[in-house]
Amino acid sequence: MNSLILRTTTRPIIVVLLLISVFLLLRGHDLPGGGFIGGLVAAAAAALYAIAFGADAAARLLRVRPELLVGWGMAATVVAGLLGMAAGREFLTGLWWVIAVGDQELKLSTPLLFDVGVYLVVVGVILRFVLSLEER
Amino acid sequence: MLNALLLAFGVAAAAPALTVRLGRAAGWVLASLPAGLTVFYLSLLPRAAAGEPVEQRFAWVPQLGVELALRADGLSLLFALLIAGIGTFVAVYAGGYLHGDRQLPRFYLLLFAFMAAMLGVVTSDDLILLFVFWELTSITSFFLIGYQHESEESRANALQGLFVTAGGGLAMLAGFVLLGSMAGTYRISALLADPAALTGHPAYPVALVLVALGAFTKSAQWPFHFWLPNAMAAPTPVSAYLHSATMVKAGVYLLARLAPGLGGTPQWFWLLTLAGGATVLAAASLTLMQRDSKRLLAYSTLVALGTMVLLIGVGTPAAIKAMVVFLFAHALYKAPLFMTAGSVDHEAGSRDVTRLAGLGRSMPWTWLAAGLAGISAAGLPPMLGFVGKELAYEGLYGAPWLLVGLIVAGAVLVLVVVLVAWVPFAGREVMAPRTPHEAPPSMLAGPLVLAALGLLFGLAPGLVQDGLMRPAAAAVLGTPYAFDLYLWHGLTLALGLSLLTVSFGAVLVATWRRWQPAVLERFGGVRVGPVAVYEGGWRRLLRFAEVQTRLVQSDDLRHHLTTIVAFTVVLTAGVALWRGGLDSMVWAPQGAYLHEFLYFVVVLLATATVVRSHSRLVVITSLGVVGFGVAFVFVLFAAPDLAITQFLVDTLVVIIAALVLIRLPSGALRSEGGRDFRWLSGAVAIAGGALITGLLLAVTGLPFDGAVTRFFEANSYPAARGRNIVNVILVDFRAVDTLAEVVVLAVAAAGVAALLRRRLGAGDADASAAVREPEGGAR
Repeated sequence: MNSLILRTTTRPIIVVLLLISVFLLLRGHDLPGGGFIGGLVAAAAAALYAIAFGADAAARLLRVRPELLVGWGMAATVVAGLLGMAAGREFLTGLWWVIAVGDQELKLSTPLLFDVGVYLVVVGVILRFVLSLEER
Repeated sequence: MLNALLLAFGVAAAAPALTVRLGRAAGWVLASLPAGLTVFYLSLLPRAAAGEPVEQRFAWVPQLGVELALRADGLSLLFALLIAGIGTFVAVYAGGYLHGDRQLPRFYLLLFAFMAAMLGVVTSDDLILLFVFWELTSITSFFLIGYQHESEESRANALQGLFVTAGGGLAMLAGFVLLGSMAGTYRISALLADPAALTGHPAYPVALVLVALGAFTKSAQWPFHFWLPNAMAAPTPVSAYLHSATMVKAGVYLLARLAPGLGGTPQWFWLLTLAGGATVLAAASLTLMQRDSKRLLAYSTLVALGTMVLLIGVGTPAAIKAMVVFLFAHALYKAPLFMTAGSVDHEAGSRDVTRLAGLGRSMPWTWLAAGLAGISAAGLPPMLGFVGKELAYEGLYGAPWLLVGLIVAGAVLVLVVVLVAWVPFAGREVMAPRTPHEAPPSMLAGPLVLAALGLLFGLAPGLVQDGLMRPAAAAVLGTPYAFDLYLWHGLTLALGLSLLTVSFGAVLVATWRRWQPAVLERFGGVRVGPVAVYEGGWRRLLRFAEVQTRLVQSDDLRHHLTTIVAFTVVLTAGVALWRGGLDSMVWAPQGAYLHEFLYFVVVLLATATVVRSHSRLVVITSLGVVGFGVAFVFVLFAAPDLAITQFLVDTLVVIIAALVLIRLPSGALRSEGGRDFRWLSGAVAIAGGALITGLLLAVTGLPFDGAVTRFFEANSYPAARGRNIVNVILVDFRAVDTLAEVVVLAVAAAGVAALLRRRLGAGDADASAAVREPEGGAR
């Protein structure tokens, strides 16, 4: 779509949207959000970019094919599960590592890795739809 | 033993990379795996011979009483040695036969995976474990038959083999479950220790028939015999390995394995002897129509399999002794015969025995191997095949009618041997499609060594008597059984029968060229019996699928939705009314705030717009408004995660739908479907809405049980360190569900990507058909 207004507003908006998507992903375990929701926001941002600048530009911006995102995402979810098994527990058991950073604490966990996987899959899947349809 | 299996599967996984890396030497190097396994299984023999087989047990699915139990008694080791031993030579042979084939890496993967699965079958001591390995052999066999996957015929044959064997496998699984519940255990050795609990059980005949179905399909017994000759579409190393020496004997193995527990009854005797006898006769008569060396050998394999099954059915010590020796002899001669037939095909370019002659001059070593194996196959001294056949005759003294069948079949085998091991080599050389030359060492090693073993064990059967044959027979009989093997039995009745067989065979050979063309002409194109049933059933299944697909999968999304919603309404409402599911429905309106009413009005107005509008774009946006209105309801009732998801999903659905709509030819919405269809869909939609409303009212009319909520509220933070219960459920408590949903999403994306790429590439005329795709995946 060749619209100056859309193109001009899209750039700042997708930056904000992508930041929000990561924010939603990371805080999801305690507050509304999570990988699915975060992924949807990121996908909406990418869809907006594709509409404003075309599918080719969006694909260039993304650098990797959406299928790869889906693959990595699925790999992340499975690895999150296997880590639990590697620790001698059931498949997908959550493991937590709390690291102190200054006076804050950083909580890394396999559920977080799992959620990142969900995020990537959602982004990849929706981008596949959008890019396939937008491609000429 | 478990380590041996794991090693075999591991090497199978690594085989493709190794094959690429090793190049020419791949066959020889990879063969070290089965060679090593052969030595390993040999080392287990003394304990099996002493009656104390090696056992290993690991918990696998303890909840179901299924364990990873392995056991290596005489019967298991006889098979394991054949599988690993012949596997060694097949691996070497394949390196030469398929040299330069770009699919060779894949071939070794499949071959070794098959070998590992087959070793699993014969060393399993648990019915369910055996079944798992059994199915693995069916699947690898499917891929190997269909190795030349560009060929339509090859694919059809592979599918046929898979359908027959996997179908039988399903029956067998049902039989196993029955056996397990009859005996209270799935462990085979425990099951066989108490035969009375099995044969005395009222369900015994059912279990027997089901298990036998599995064995008969796998071992290609009549009426399931037809898949095996068609499996010859596989490359020759596969035919030699899977479809003569090992996999097809899995059915024989199963029957022999279960004989101590299930055998000894009239049902067992009649079922097995009739199936075996019918196979022998059917295969022997079908052999007469063949000219292709591999198909000739395939039918002679059927004869051998039938013989083994009927010997197990007879079940006397003499018959079992014969079965064990015959099985061993058969593997040692049939594999070399296949390999030499393959070498001839490879070096001279034909398998039609009427077009080959005089190859002996250029392929002397191949001829030697084929000749030695052939003498054994014809049941002539001094080979092990002679010992096996004499014993088979002796084992059937009690059943003359079976004996007659076996003699006829033996004569046909003599014919096959002459056609495969004499005719192509002897006489003056004729013009072969390719200038013949001797096969490379890799393709000579297997045939020569195996055929020589047949000679060695024939001259000195004592070498295998105590260590291998006695323990194997003891495992089938369930009690130790001491017997001695001799090459020369003296002037016995069996010797006379052998003479009769060979002379009848000689008559067949002498007259073959006279009657064979007539037989071929008369019966060549006739499709009767089981093949016709299979092919007819296959055609009908395809036709049914076609009709069914046309009926259910119309190309129109609205028909889909109407059908789905209508069925849901009829079934759910029907059951709900019938069982009183809606009785708790209470109509108790509560006061609501003005803004809550406003959302309601917005949703109603948007819905009205959807129904009234003529523009697709307006419809899709109005649907988005409906979704947003519902999302606001979630906000009002404090479900932020749900609300956010609903907002986002609705946004993306509108975007994706709009992208699709842009591609559609513009046209009035109203013209599609017609007036009647609009009324129908309206009625269905209202019925669907009414049903959901009714169900919701009924559910809220019931007292609310907060047990689940309380559990998550209490455990979310302590157990999963998260305060957002929705997310904790998604990524922790019910993470397996989420994992499955992620996979579903990925599959949907793959489908959409493939469909859109093809459809859009095919031109805009087809683009309308792509409309329904994004909807399915938008969730």
